[in-house]
Amino acid sequence: MKKEEVPQDKDNLHEGTFKQIMYAVDNSGNYVQVQSAGWEPENIALDQAWEEVNKRVEAARQKVLAGEVSPIAYYMEKNIMDLALLANYVGKFQWQVKRHMKPAVFGRLSQNMLQKYADAFKISIADLQHIK
Amino acid sequence: MSEILFHHTQTAHCESGVISNLLGHHGLKISEPMAFGIGAGLFFGHLPFVKVNGVPGTTYRIWPGAIFQRVCDRLGVKMKVEKFSSVEKGMAALDQTLAAGTPVGLLSSVYYLTYFPASYRFHFNAHNLVVYGKENGNYLVSDPVMDTITSIEPENLAQARFAKGFPAPKGKMYYPVSVPSSASFEKPIIEGIKQTCHYMLKIPIPMFGVDGIRFLAKRLKKYPEKLDDRRAGLYLGNIIRMQEEIGTGGAGFRFVYAAFLQEAAELLNKPELSKLATELTQIGDLWRTFAFAAGRVCKSRSANDVSYNELSEMLFRTAAAEEAFFRKLSKAI
Repeated sequence: MKKEEVPQDKDNLHEGTFKQIMYAVDNSGNYVQVQSAGWEPENIALDQAWEEVNKRVEAARQKVLAGEVSPIAYYMEKNIMDLALLANYVGKFQWQVKRHMKPAVFGRLSQNMLQKYADAFKISIADLQHIK
Repeated sequence: MSEILFHHTQTAHCESGVISNLLGHHGLKISEPMAFGIGAGLFFGHLPFVKVNGVPGTTYRIWPGAIFQRVCDRLGVKMKVEKFSSVEKGMAALDQTLAAGTPVGLLSSVYYLTYFPASYRFHFNAHNLVVYGKENGNYLVSDPVMDTITSIEPENLAQARFAKGFPAPKGKMYYPVSVPSSASFEKPIIEGIKQTCHYMLKIPIPMFGVDGIRFLAKRLKKYPEKLDDRRAGLYLGNIIRMQEEIGTGGAGFRFVYAAFLQEAAELLNKPELSKLATELTQIGDLWRTFAFAAGRVCKSRSANDVSYNELSEMLFRTAAAEEAFFRKLSKAI
């Protein structure tokens, strides 16, 4: 890659505000560091990853609104966590977290347990109980 | 707290960047590509069984921490490395070390690093950064992949250091306790190159090295028949992300390594390494062509056989070029 070829495709989620270093060769063939505002393939791949996250968040939100799952399922997706990671954060087994995703079980959780989930998601207990 | 003067240089990759910045602070000048090369950072691996969010992992570099360890071993740098059982202990130890005037390297989760653009904040737990002081209650940060120095609130830094998941950083912090004022790079360079050649050519497991590229090429070809359009796109997207996202210095580290070979050619007075650097630059461009084509396929959202076949063929050609390259490199040294 030549210095002039270092991509500057700003059409990304951070609008080119974040510039990363790339290595490219100058006219005499020597490597130099050049800042890049972004590149199309990376922008596409990152967009795609976020689209997938947003899709999962929205699906979880609909399920919570329909009363099928507790808000824990929604916040887990919103924080890009999976069951294993969330279980790790709240210090429970995965099957326990899964159980807490049942609305009836969620309604009976202790303040202490609710606080653990709220901490894991960095929100208040009130927000945990009512999704926006 | 005593003020620490820390010279921040933006680099491509966090690990080699922290090494370069930290050792530089202690008087040992080493460029990022040099650290990457001596640490034998270049690699390839495709791990269909190690899934992140249900997508197989691909890596263009050696596992986190390896570059650091090898550079320190090869240059005779002694590091103090600590992990902590509690957040309080971990933060107290950081404060003490800073108070003693020493900048500290930290392992952290990108998800909690508030200074990054939101779009990059996934749960990636092996990010390296340097904290070199405290101001108005916030920590002063030299994050090697950031343009400039920045700062972070103690609460966020604590969360980043003690993030859960795999690998859990457990507050890991490190700083050099003894750095040779001058080190000869010749032997470390040769050891580093030999190790990289070995890892790329000789691991008898099909997922790694040059064989790993062919392994991925074979699997990639079958994505359209084995996966639905959405999953095929996600799998492909992840290959691009690993190749092109922050830290790869362009084309999955191939250009960084070429820069290292250029530097090595001068230090060792071996012009053939410089020629090989040019060859690796061309291979890096092959990777870029692949990423570009793969990005277009991702965007089209339809997994048709023709496009995946072509991508697979491109990878086979890249594998052949890398194999020839590493055979020459191992003979040149």
